[in-house]
Amino acid sequence: MTKYTSVSIPLTLHKRLETIISKKTGFKSVSDYVTYVLREVVAMHELKEVPEPFTSTDLEEIKKRLQALGYL
Amino acid sequence: MASAPHGGRLVQVPQTTPDSPALAGFGESQRLMVTKETATTVANIANGVFSPLEGFMSEGDYLNVLEHMRLESDVPWTIPVLLPVPEDRTFSGGEEILLVDEGSRPVALMHCEGSFGISRQEYANKVFGTEDRAHPGAARALDGSSRAVCGRLKTVVRPDYGEYADHTLTPQETRVLFSEKGWDTVVAFQTRNAPHINHEYLQKSALALVDGLFINPVLGKKKAGDFKDQVILAGYKEILANYYPRASVVLSVLHYEMQYAGPKEAVMHAIMRKNFGCTHIIIGRDHAGVGSFYGPYAAQEIFKEFPDLGISPLFFREFYYCRRCAGIASEKTCPHKEEDRLNFSGTKLRKMFSEGETPPKEFMRPEVAQAILRFKQPFVE
Ligand SMILES: [Zn+2]
Repeated sequence: MTKYTSVSIPLTLHKRLETIISKKTGFKSVSDYVTYVLREVVAMHELKEVPEPFTSTDLEEIKKRLQALGYL
Repeated sequence: MASAPHGGRLVQVPQTTPDSPALAGFGESQRLMVTKETATTVANIANGVFSPLEGFMSEGDYLNVLEHMRLESDVPWTIPVLLPVPEDRTFSGGEEILLVDEGSRPVALMHCEGSFGISRQEYANKVFGTEDRAHPGAARALDGSSRAVCGRLKTVVRPDYGEYADHTLTPQETRVLFSEKGWDTVVAFQTRNAPHINHEYLQKSALALVDGLFINPVLGKKKAGDFKDQVILAGYKEILANYYPRASVVLSVLHYEMQYAGPKEAVMHAIMRKNFGCTHIIIGRDHAGVGSFYGPYAAQEIFKEFPDLGISPLFFREFYYCRRCAGIASEKTCPHKEEDRLNFSGTKLRKMFSEGETPPKEFMRPEVAQAILRFKQPFVE
């Protein structure tokens, strides 16, 4: 099950976030909001540098099949 | 550039043939018979449709998915992928299990990592939001086993898709295909239906925003009254041949058992299409719903929970033919009343086809209707 840990942020930032959240619906706490925003950031980083899921030999075979089936 | 695979890596389990020596010599206690639907799930894990899963879920992943809609690794995931086992069978971690089909033919070799109990009621409530047996997914969960075995797939027997083989592409293949076509953005359309005009408008509206359209009908076990697999495919072939720009559309089927889990299933549909390389997915009205178990746009709302999904949903209201607009309109663009809409219930449509009639061309393209009529019994009984 999901476990939690604490991250320190300046108290002043925490207060500003509280103000934002009080005006916006959907977030129960600063922690929820920070988790949401960080997941967005993490996803952006993970998009980069994903290896191709095939070798060049695979690639030629895949193209052959796609051509035979009329997809290419 | 295509979407990155979910969890960062496209899973590829080594494939073999049924007569491989690696699959021989397993005694009765090391064999586990699986249903056709589970065998389909095995194939989907093996070719990466369910990336990053490499096998059937552990208890930790299972509980995390139920509670938080995420795997233990924090990757979004909304419906457990379990391997149910008879409650009187025991399996211990570390042993190898040969999964066999109903005809005792090998399906896959799995490295067992243990087994665990599941509360059927909890499963039904958390996944489907109900214990009502009128919900086909909840009924199946409530009648299912309360024990599951988990583990990584080591080898799978190359799946045989029979008459659908030539229309079945793997995520590796679609990724190459999209890249060869030069598509940077691809929108997926999930369907379990023969195409109506409203689907066509939905797809074409989405296609206007991206490079390519990936029509990916689901084939497999469905509920009574749904169109049969052959009918869906025949309908799509007709509509594509007559009304779609060939260069910007790909049709390929997905073998998968519908769960009818509404919003949670909409997210799974998006994850699977992300693995196929799609950057967008169409989410319309009552996506993957059944009866009135889910709000009409609940399947759009749920996407707010996942800023890290890695595929963008495109939300649409329902399209229909409006007599007063004298054309295809949507709930968003047409001010008229429901009575002005041309609509056929599933029941009425089934009656029509069974009497050899076809719906008007404002509801379904005549070529599609004719293709359906060529089937003696087009609906699942
Ligand atoms: Zn209208």
